Amino acid sequence: MIEARDLTKRYGDKTAVDHLSFKVEAGRVTGFLGPNGAGKSTTMRLILGLDRPQEGSATIDGRAYTDLPQPLRTVGALLEAKAMHPGRSAYNHLLFLAQTQGLPRSRVDHVLDLVGLREVARKRTGQYSLGMGQRVGIAVAMLGDPDVLLLDEPVNGLDPEGILWIRNLMKQLAAEGRTIFVSSHLMNEMAVTADHLIVIGRGKLIADCGTQEFIERSSDKYVLVRSPDAARLADLIAAQGGKAEPQPADNGGSGLLRVTDMDAARIGELAAADRVVLHELTPRLASLEEAYMELTADSSEYGAGAAPAALPAGGAAAAGTEPATTASSSTASSTTASSTTASSTTASSTTGQDSQ
Amino acid sequence: MTATSPAVPAAAPTALPPAHHVGFGHLMLAEWTKIRSVRSTVWTLLLFVVLTVGFTALFTWLTASNWTSGNNAATRDATIAANPVGFILGAGIGLGQLTICVLGVLVITSEYSTGVIRSSLLAVPRRLNMLAAKAVVFALLIVVIAEIIAFTCFFVGSAILHSHVPVAIGDQNVLRAVLGAGLYLAVLGLFALSIGLLIRHTAAGITTVIGAVLVLPILSGLLPGSWGAHINAYLPEQAGSLVYSAHRTSDQLLSAWQGFGVFCLWTAVLLVAGAYLLQRRDA
Repeated sequence: MIEARDLTKRYGDKTAVDHLSFKVEAGRVTGFLGPNGAGKSTTMRLILGLDRPQEGSATIDGRAYTDLPQPLRTVGALLEAKAMHPGRSAYNHLLFLAQTQGLPRSRVDHVLDLVGLREVARKRTGQYSLGMGQRVGIAVAMLGDPDVLLLDEPVNGLDPEGILWIRNLMKQLAAEGRTIFVSSHLMNEMAVTADHLIVIGRGKLIADCGTQEFIERSSDKYVLVRSPDAARLADLIAAQGGKAEPQPADNGGSGLLRVTDMDAARIGELAAADRVVLHELTPRLASLEEAYMELTADSSEYGAGAAPAALPAGGAAAAGTEPATTASSSTASSTTASSTTASSTTASSTTGQDSQ
Repeated sequence: MTATSPAVPAAAPTALPPAHHVGFGHLMLAEWTKIRSVRSTVWTLLLFVVLTVGFTALFTWLTASNWTSGNNAATRDATIAANPVGFILGAGIGLGQLTICVLGVLVITSEYSTGVIRSSLLAVPRRLNMLAAKAVVFALLIVVIAEIIAFTCFFVGSAILHSHVPVAIGDQNVLRAVLGAGLYLAVLGLFALSIGLLIRHTAAGITTVIGAVLVLPILSGLLPGSWGAHINAYLPEQAGSLVYSAHRTSDQLLSAWQGFGVFCLWTAVLLVAGAYLLQRRDA
């Protein structure tokens, strides 16, 4: 388990990480999400003892990283930058790291097999592609068979096959009971990989919750309804507490309504009861990526006192988040949980693959 | 969404020994792997051997073939006759030492320029242990190679000069000077490593070390009076180089070992400063 308590890191005037507290539990993939420059890499470097925080602390299984006797056997890390000498072979890079932990050479061969680089391991890493470098980074992280993994943007530079491989590896490792903490600036990637999300913006915690919960709350849910009798249907919906807005005609014809505050099943029942013909009834989720960008963009206004859509934070102090809207949205999501879960998952995984 | 995923190879530990105490020997072994596994080490050391032995042979041969001829030949010949081992060793080391300066800086700055330092410090978060292992391994490597080269240079140079100035390893202070040459180069390597650790940039580090070794003595030589002479005598390279010279000259302020001590002190101060910053700074 990784625990950050009140972590704060300033570089001159700029606060990269601002009183950040969270816990990363074992046995699941925890996504660490935020736009570029949000402080994800800095947070990881603070956890790993590469940078010193001005305030707060981070522990791994209750101990500071720098107090671990054989750190690579407890924690494996893949940092964003390729941290290899271009003139040294991947084999020798892994070998010197293994030697610092008292690990045998056979372990180097083992992790090279794991990432499928055994044949090219004796070549100098300067000749490697970005994707191969990333695989060496994974091999380094797995070298000491650690219980905790921190991966900073692991899918960078990987082809679709490599991305799928990393996703499955992370899920498998989490299923084995390990702690997986993986950062990304891509919402869609995290939506298909992570079980739990920690979202930060401008170094502050925005959300700490399950991925599904995050998707439902940050997504704009609505239903598109098409009917030749749209005006009457709109009145029916409005009478039952829904909100129907007529949409401009498209090439599919006119009579399109955008309905919020009412789910598709209820709209269908209303239409059937009053014998209104429906040509289309589609539950929709607004682009997840857009919703996420909107949410993280809000975080830049924390300093000015604006309260963005708050999400329940698991950590003790969700700096600045006001759980004002939490109650109402959680009731809403629980009633529609089963149907929206399925549709939103499909939507997110589809967009996820499109973006690759 | 994972239904179509291919099987992932097991990450299970097949032959992972139980956790045990990792000693300094492991760290030294790792540093040795780092040093030997990059080409720059091999090329720089090869250049060191070629330059040092080559220039020893060239200078002594040029001197021997022009013995008693040329401008100021009498003074020059007398100086060489008074301190033949200093002349022989100085001929090659004067140039060859620059490769040790470059290698000493590179050993640490290449970790910063490539980002390997982060891997190193993740593996060994007790930073001073990593630095100590690196310094010991590097110094041992240089002292072994430099001693071999110092003896080679001495025997090559003394053979060439033999007909004019016979000098044997058993002569007074000669063995000390030859051994001292290897020690001087090893400490010079650490001196360069310390500056590399402070500056963390290859080009700036090399420039600074070369400046300290080659340019400072020239500048301080321009200083007037006895305080100029004192400053000059206590400069790192000026003081350190006394240890590979057999004889004291009358105006020499420090003895061979005193000079070497001053050089070691310079290096120790820089290394401690570098260690302090390594501990304090973000990697």
